[in-house]
Amino acid sequence: MADTTQTAGGALAASAFLGDVWRNGLLAAASWLLAAAVAVGFTDVVPWGQTQLFALLLVIGAGAFIVLAFTVHRLGGIGHPIVHYGPWWIALGLWFTLWEISTAKLGWLPKPFFSPPQGLLHVYLTDWDRLLVCVLYSLRLWGLGFFSGIAVGFVVGVALGWSKRFSYWGMPILKLIGPVPASAWIPSAFFVFPTTFGASIFLVALASGIPVIILTASGVASVNRSFYDVARTLGADRRFLVLKVAIPAALPNVFVGLFMGLYSSFAVLVIAEMLGAKYGLGWYLQFQTAYSAYANVYAALILMALLCSGLVKLLFVGRDRLLGWQKGIVQW
Amino acid sequence: MVAVLASAPETASPGLSVELRNVSHVYDLPSGPLPVLENIDLKIEPGSFVALLGPSGSGKSTLLRLVAGLEPPVAGSVLADGVAVEKPDPSRVLVFQDPTLFPWRTVRRNVALGLEAQGRLKTEGHRIDEAIARVRLSEFADAFPHQLSGGMAQRAALARALVNDPRLLLLDEPLGKLDQLTRLTMQSELLGLWQQSGFTALLVTHDVEEALLLADRVILFSDRPARIVGERRVELPHPRHRGDPDLIALRREILQLLGVSETI
Repeated sequence: MADTTQTAGGALAASAFLGDVWRNGLLAAASWLLAAAVAVGFTDVVPWGQTQLFALLLVIGAGAFIVLAFTVHRLGGIGHPIVHYGPWWIALGLWFTLWEISTAKLGWLPKPFFSPPQGLLHVYLTDWDRLLVCVLYSLRLWGLGFFSGIAVGFVVGVALGWSKRFSYWGMPILKLIGPVPASAWIPSAFFVFPTTFGASIFLVALASGIPVIILTASGVASVNRSFYDVARTLGADRRFLVLKVAIPAALPNVFVGLFMGLYSSFAVLVIAEMLGAKYGLGWYLQFQTAYSAYANVYAALILMALLCSGLVKLLFVGRDRLLGWQKGIVQW
Repeated sequence: MVAVLASAPETASPGLSVELRNVSHVYDLPSGPLPVLENIDLKIEPGSFVALLGPSGSGKSTLLRLVAGLEPPVAGSVLADGVAVEKPDPSRVLVFQDPTLFPWRTVRRNVALGLEAQGRLKTEGHRIDEAIARVRLSEFADAFPHQLSGGMAQRAALARALVNDPRLLLLDEPLGKLDQLTRLTMQSELLGLWQQSGFTALLVTHDVEEALLLADRVILFSDRPARIVGERRVELPHPRHRGDPDLIALRREILQLLGVSETI
């Protein structure tokens, strides 16, 4: 699979050049200039603010693409992804153009619900401090919940997978509670915990911990028995068998659980913030919707997308570090 | 090969003696008890190379597991140097038919397992690279198991056993899954290691020729539940040749004892 996409990318890159000139770079510049021309050439149906700045940014972008068109082949490794995403840059310019026309210029899309790009830009420039605070609040809640959840989940998972007695008592409870979505616990959690912050941490921890428990337990329980025999004949004690055999052998499973936990932690994070928080991106979405400030809502959504995909990317980096030995065995 | 000879340990530990007294073993399966070993009486002199020969799946591997101390026999007793075997010990190392290398560890760290488990890594870490050199894998010390061929993986498993300086090497068809050519090479390598090190070797195999080329004693087992049906001493000097008339005669005799016809 990886090979075919690579060749497809390679062919794409080869066809994108005319001699030494990156053709898609010129086309991207053209499409971005088109968007800029539309932005300044026509008047907005209502003033959105920052139209001039938006156009200026597009022109700067277009200028960068023109420079890159003649220099990118000399950049080597850094240049490769830029060239690879050439068609995307072109499409992005066209998307900006279309977005401008349908919202700011013609007002085709119903007004309070859809904002032109300069509307979002305006939000980032005027409300950046509150957005930043919200991002930090979200990160704090997510961090506390996710890391306590996976830490407890990992330990419980190892115990369930390793110890027969623990598994006898623990598995039925896990099987009963595990499938319940974490959001179902919201009402009782807010009631039981003294603070909504504590309740929110618990909910995020629950959402991320359950998949880690299940996958870790099954990973530890399904370790090749001969690995234990080998280690025992070489003089391993129980501690060694758990730490140096069971856990590393189960780690690929653990990471599947971590990815699942990460995704469900995002879901619960946003709901918890919408219901009980004073700050945070979920709260921001809720708050701005109530004021019909949809430009702010989209601005926050974009931040959230970057934040979540960034965290997923980080987990991938961590996995590649720890599971580098799987290269050539498993294709993710 | 020069490197192999140069790195032969001067502190070769004397082989362990093994005794099985009226050993029987039964597996508890969901379908009912399955007897695998029946009244095995066997004495193995220290430093000898003994082959356990019999049909596959007869229970010979179970015998090795009992001697390794991985499980206790249902009846009878297993003694190593006159002391009852109660649990596994690095002086009695088992090499399995599958290399069972830990896929998340490089060759070097796989070989390090025993020293690491016994907390001797700091003081005796130098033995790791020596053991890897003895099985001629130095170039692959940093490779992961999936990057090795079958023969290389089994040599790595052998190094992992040898690094503990075992006094008894239990070999459970270690060459069973290798191709013919690799197998022949590995047979002579195995013999070389035994001659250098002086450990007692107990080899389970269902290959008569392999048993006769390597061992100085061949114990013959019946179908499951395994009983000892006979034994032959192989008093031919090394290096042995598979075309040796004495060896061919022994081979015919053994096949007859096992009830196998040589003609097709």
